[in-house]
Amino acid sequence: MNTILEVKNVVKQYGDYTALNSVSLNVPEGSIYGLLGPNGAGKTSLIRIINQITLPDAGEIILNGEKLNPNHISMIGYMPEERGLYKSMKVGEQCLYLAQLKGMSKQDAKKQLKFWFEKFEIQTWWDKKLQELSKGMAQKVQFIVTVLHNPKLLILDEPFSGFDPVNANLIKDEIIELNKKGTSIIFSTHRMESVEEMCDYIALIHKSNKLIEGKLEDVKRQFRTNTFQVGVMTQNVEGLMYQLTQKFTVGQTDFKSLNDDLKLEVQIGNHATNDLLSVLSQNGQVTHFAEKIPSVNDIFIQTVTD
Amino acid sequence: MNKLLLIVRREFIAKVRNKSFIVMTFLSPLLFLGMSFLIGYLSSINKDEATKIAIYDQGNVLKSSLKSDKETAYTDLSAMPFNVAKDTANKSYEGLLFIPKTATIQDLKSKVEFISDESASADFIFGIEKVVDSILTQDNLKANNLDIAKIEKAKVESSLKLSKYSGDVSLKGINEIKIGLGFIFGYLIMMFIIIYGNFVMRSVIEEKTNRIIEIVISSVKPFQLMMGKIIGNSLAGILQFIIWAIVGVSIFFVATTFFGVETAATSMSKANPEAVKLAAENSGFMAKLPLYLNEIWNLPIATIIISFIFYFIGGYFLYSSLYAAIGAAVDNETDSQQFLLPIIMPLMLGVYIGFFTVASDPHGNIATIFSMIPFTSPIVMLMRIPFGVPTWQIIVSLILLFGTFVGVVWFASKIYRVGILMYGKKPTWKELYKWLKY
Repeated sequence: MNTILEVKNVVKQYGDYTALNSVSLNVPEGSIYGLLGPNGAGKTSLIRIINQITLPDAGEIILNGEKLNPNHISMIGYMPEERGLYKSMKVGEQCLYLAQLKGMSKQDAKKQLKFWFEKFEIQTWWDKKLQELSKGMAQKVQFIVTVLHNPKLLILDEPFSGFDPVNANLIKDEIIELNKKGTSIIFSTHRMESVEEMCDYIALIHKSNKLIEGKLEDVKRQFRTNTFQVGVMTQNVEGLMYQLTQKFTVGQTDFKSLNDDLKLEVQIGNHATNDLLSVLSQNGQVTHFAEKIPSVNDIFIQTVTD
Repeated sequence: MNKLLLIVRREFIAKVRNKSFIVMTFLSPLLFLGMSFLIGYLSSINKDEATKIAIYDQGNVLKSSLKSDKETAYTDLSAMPFNVAKDTANKSYEGLLFIPKTATIQDLKSKVEFISDESASADFIFGIEKVVDSILTQDNLKANNLDIAKIEKAKVESSLKLSKYSGDVSLKGINEIKIGLGFIFGYLIMMFIIIYGNFVMRSVIEEKTNRIIEIVISSVKPFQLMMGKIIGNSLAGILQFIIWAIVGVSIFFVATTFFGVETAATSMSKANPEAVKLAAENSGFMAKLPLYLNEIWNLPIATIIISFIFYFIGGYFLYSSLYAAIGAAVDNETDSQQFLLPIIMPLMLGVYIGFFTVASDPHGNIATIFSMIPFTSPIVMLMRIPFGVPTWQIIVSLILLFGTFVGVVWFASKIYRVGILMYGKKPTWKELYKWLKY
């Protein structure tokens, strides 16, 4: 698989403070790549370097096979966390201006704008000033401005913050659609459920260092604890518990079930799953058996607190 | 289209479309005229009311020489007893001029007294002294048996003729006109720097508070954005200036044609010194006015205008890049005050230095030095130019100005680059210094 963006040993310092300590990343082409990390981890610093807003002190960035250069500006669509538009400027003029700054010709920009305005059914807003629009309406304009120039790489910093649920969903669908058409997306967020839902790759930056990177399933595999949630209907609770604790680490758990069963969380360690299953089936009726997959949230918290 | 041009165009259009810009452009000349008329009118009212002065002339020597006029109305109270006259004067007059009876008229030299609780104006005192002087002088002349009529006839009032080596005849008072003109230009530059520098700063703060800044600088370099802002706003300023200049020049044209001045372009006869001398001898102001207008026409207008443009650009860019840096460093206008003070100071210094030193000696050391220092040169040099400044001085001063401008823009862009992405607390001077090294 091709790599759209390669970050190689990037270092960024502000005075004595190190914002990025030799960070390397590989963003595969066509992926939705979740860039995670607590506040102040260095995500925004990295994103600003990729957008050529600031320069790295060391290391290099390869975008689309080339060393990062000013021509790449038109290939990237960037929606920063701190975002806004000119309040007293007309919506149409504003979009045209920002598109032209990205290197589009006026004709192209007009054509694309027409497409997006029709898609979001906002053609009547063209001559309105931004301050006449509601916040939700302005957010749509903001999104259009970000994707107007058909970027190959879309960088979204907390894309859903400030969006109401309706707009957030609309934007999410648009992001997924753009991704299907081949746009690679870097996604920086704290909302773990949207990472879980949308991302196929993740990287975790903490205290200026990259701690984790990889395909979402691979990372989860890496963080699997071989723990299973089981449900079993048995008369012999004590016998079962005795047998289980001999071999495995057992704890209480809870999950939804229609049966009046014993709900346990069992960590099997090096044993095979069948070892657990046989102990369970010898002592009663197995009603539930599932591996406990670590959520991105678990991984995040575990990594950051370690 | 070039990105810098796009930014310049947006800034220009945003500025020019602004209602306050339109109002400012067309209202401020009216305001200026209105103010001048108001001041003129008020000072004329001030004069209308004649000051009422009572005279008590015991020896009957002075009162016939004191004539009431528009400014002063004299009333003779000599017939009353002195105490009554004094009381009356205290109640209903501005003051009492007391001329005691003396043995000889010459004793009056230091005896004439003006009694008033309010201090008299310098003009009034000078006027009274002049009357006393002339009476005493005449008395002296008489005592020495000199024919007053002959002496009067022998008196000459000379008039110094001012001219240059080129042979052009100058008019008295033209220096004041030059000072005025230089001052107008210097002051204009200061006002432009302050007003348009503030516009630049506000525009930077606006982008910061709108949070559009990061979107824009992901497309263009911060330096381009800063320069685009500065240029765009300056073009708006220049447009405003051109509109005012056109209005001003048309008024001047109307005035010159009205008073019948033949300009250098239309006639060479203005160089005829005889005609100038002749006209200069006509003492009426109206008769001299065409000559003054003529003299203004003959000032180094081209040099003034060309230098004005250069100093305007240099001075404006120098200062507005600092304004931009300040705008980037703060989150709102109120925080900008402490950083603005060091900017306003040299501007004020320039105006005051220019006003006091250039007026007294346009080519003195202080005036020359400050017309070289880049932070004051746009103001001080422009004040000096109407008096004629050697070209090398202008060139050196411009080189210094533009050299400093490059340095300051570099410095400002460093602060700007870091500042626009900083939100929250107001930075300290120390932090600004740190930003330079990021």
